[in-house]
Amino acid sequence: MSDVELRKITKEFPRVKALDDVSFDVKDGEFFVLLGPTGAGKTTTLRVIAGLTKQEEGSVIFDGDPVDELTPADRDVAFVFQQYSLYPTMSVYDNLAFPLRSPMRNLDEAEIKRMVEQAAEILRISPLLERKCAHLSGGEMQRVSLGRALVREPRIYLMDEPLSNLDAKLREALRVELQHIQKTQASTTLFVTHDQIEALTMADRIAVLDRGRIIQIGTPDDIYDRPATTFVAQLVGTPRINLVKAGRENGRLSVKDSSLHISLPRGWDPPSEFLLGIRPEDIKPDNEGEFEGVLTLLEPLGVETILHLTSGEQTLLSLIPGMTSFKIGETIKFNITQERLYCFNTDGNSLLC
Amino acid sequence: MAEIELKKVEKQFGDFHAVKPLDLKINDGEFIVLLGPSGCGKTTTLRMISGLETVSGGDILLDERKITWLHPSERDIAFVFQLYALYPHLSVRQNIAFPLQAEGESRDLINKRVDEVVDVLRIRHLLNARPGKLSGGDQQRVALARALVRRPKAFLMDEPLGALDADFRESMRAEIKQLHIDQHATTVYVTHDQIEAMAMGDRIVVMSEAVLQQAGSPEEVYYKPANLFVANFIGSPGMNLINGKISEGKVVMPGIDNRYTIPNDWLDPLHEDLNGSTDLIIGFRPECAHLSTEGDLVGTVYAVDLHGAYTMLHINMNEHDIVHIREDRMVKHALGENVRFNLDKDMVRYFNPKTENAIYRREVVQ
Repeated sequence: MSDVELRKITKEFPRVKALDDVSFDVKDGEFFVLLGPTGAGKTTTLRVIAGLTKQEEGSVIFDGDPVDELTPADRDVAFVFQQYSLYPTMSVYDNLAFPLRSPMRNLDEAEIKRMVEQAAEILRISPLLERKCAHLSGGEMQRVSLGRALVREPRIYLMDEPLSNLDAKLREALRVELQHIQKTQASTTLFVTHDQIEALTMADRIAVLDRGRIIQIGTPDDIYDRPATTFVAQLVGTPRINLVKAGRENGRLSVKDSSLHISLPRGWDPPSEFLLGIRPEDIKPDNEGEFEGVLTLLEPLGVETILHLTSGEQTLLSLIPGMTSFKIGETIKFNITQERLYCFNTDGNSLLC
Repeated sequence: MAEIELKKVEKQFGDFHAVKPLDLKINDGEFIVLLGPSGCGKTTTLRMISGLETVSGGDILLDERKITWLHPSERDIAFVFQLYALYPHLSVRQNIAFPLQAEGESRDLINKRVDEVVDVLRIRHLLNARPGKLSGGDQQRVALARALVRRPKAFLMDEPLGALDADFRESMRAEIKQLHIDQHATTVYVTHDQIEAMAMGDRIVVMSEAVLQQAGSPEEVYYKPANLFVANFIGSPGMNLINGKISEGKVVMPGIDNRYTIPNDWLDPLHEDLNGSTDLIIGFRPECAHLSTEGDLVGTVYAVDLHGAYTMLHINMNEHDIVHIREDRMVKHALGENVRFNLDKDMVRYFNPKTENAIYRREVVQ
């Protein structure tokens, strides 16, 4: 497999700058996820790498060599789309064999058979090989699409939201499969998604994009624990991070429009006004707790429960394990894990402490 | 006051049984969620309650009055659709007022009611806007306001959040539930999203293949699923379900060395239910298994992933079964590593592989 480098890529469409000075490196064997909302420039980035879209400025480099002048075919990348593009009247076997039968490859049928069977084994679709694609379920079709990319042994895989058309259970299962395959094959993979769970669960590193710009690049731990901006902080984690206006008052943090006063965490020197971020799992009910709020809503999810705790005009979400016997209307005491508080400037565009 | 009762209600389209005879009593003020995958019959059930679909058999009662053959408009039930269905050329105020105008209510009454509902839904500032200018969330709020303004006896909602972004869905979910807590209108809500169902429902009615599988509180469907379908469908991921055989008081599962000792008080109920067979399915939720070097069960790490607040380990126990174990987020293991784990004895569930139903002990029979 190959490493990939994007150097200062800019792409403009009429009326919109799709990519604005985008640079990053993907290491050989890395699972690299581009995460962002619709219109962030994720798909355009993939298309530029594949050679399907030509950038105005900047360079795409594979293994140290610019590929900007190469055609998509010569770049030798495998693209997996959200909509599976299989030949419905062909069998699964023939669909998988199709890219290998290209005259450019000059492979004999025995070799093709070996490669198809190996890919089918990895994706657990061996029992389906003789079936016509038209008779497959959505999950099976997406596995076959992945198989068709896998069988080619390209330099890199480019995947554009390949799981987003599947139902929740299938998505879960394929997420695990895809991660396992990528890790055991050590294939260089660029994966585009708007789903933060997919990004956190599968990536070695994540690049967060917004409106054509890269906001942050880091491991899932970095992105979750040290979000560069409130945009990133809100993009990862369910339920979303609590983000409240706060100020500094008598050596303590006071949350606006509430009675919450939190002692200053060690090493903090926030400005007089800022945005305070608290992850829901860091708000922990405790009979001896320092803070209190009224339980205004309770959402049991089974494995965990979301509590809506209201103090003054502010409602904070707390995420606790398991089910609870708390009742709506009760006053609940809680603690906040001080080491995990975030302080952003009032614009939300930089993490101060 | 609105109590809805379905008595052996069913629906057939030609040879296709969309809903098999279904009994369900929905209490006054209750928030009921009909949950299941597409094609399970949940929306058809909702449409039969509304009158948009006729029944092929059975009866529907509203406050003990038979409404089976009443026209939708005579049922005093409001329907909120997945797509907002607002009139684009009318303002928000006109959209909300529309159902009352259609009923010929006085201008004073209409203004008063509209004033009330826009405060409840916090959309007063949008009154003069056109729906096309609003965000998806605001459009859905207006659609809810239009349903609310009629003060119907009950609300029927068909995936009202389905068209919204994930972020919005979470906050609208909380808003609709808050609204229900404030207003206490009987609500029947359809979704395919089990998280939404768990978060919102007083009771969840799980459906699959036209049949009611289980009706119970979120706690019941999560901890005491009635059968394999419910066990797998509820939860993300669903319950771990492993085939095993009973042998000398243990469940022996395929793999390197997987023997789970059955608590004594379970032995008789299991043997009784299995009726001579030794095959059974053992079930446990991902948070009910814990890594331990002395664990009774063993597998190799297949994948590990961070979910923000926690880590999910996917463990390959044998060639068929990958189990999911939820651990503290600081727990990290390499792929291919052998790990041992134990199960919370109180949280283990058993299923009969032939009937696919849960096996209960006497004291937990519902």
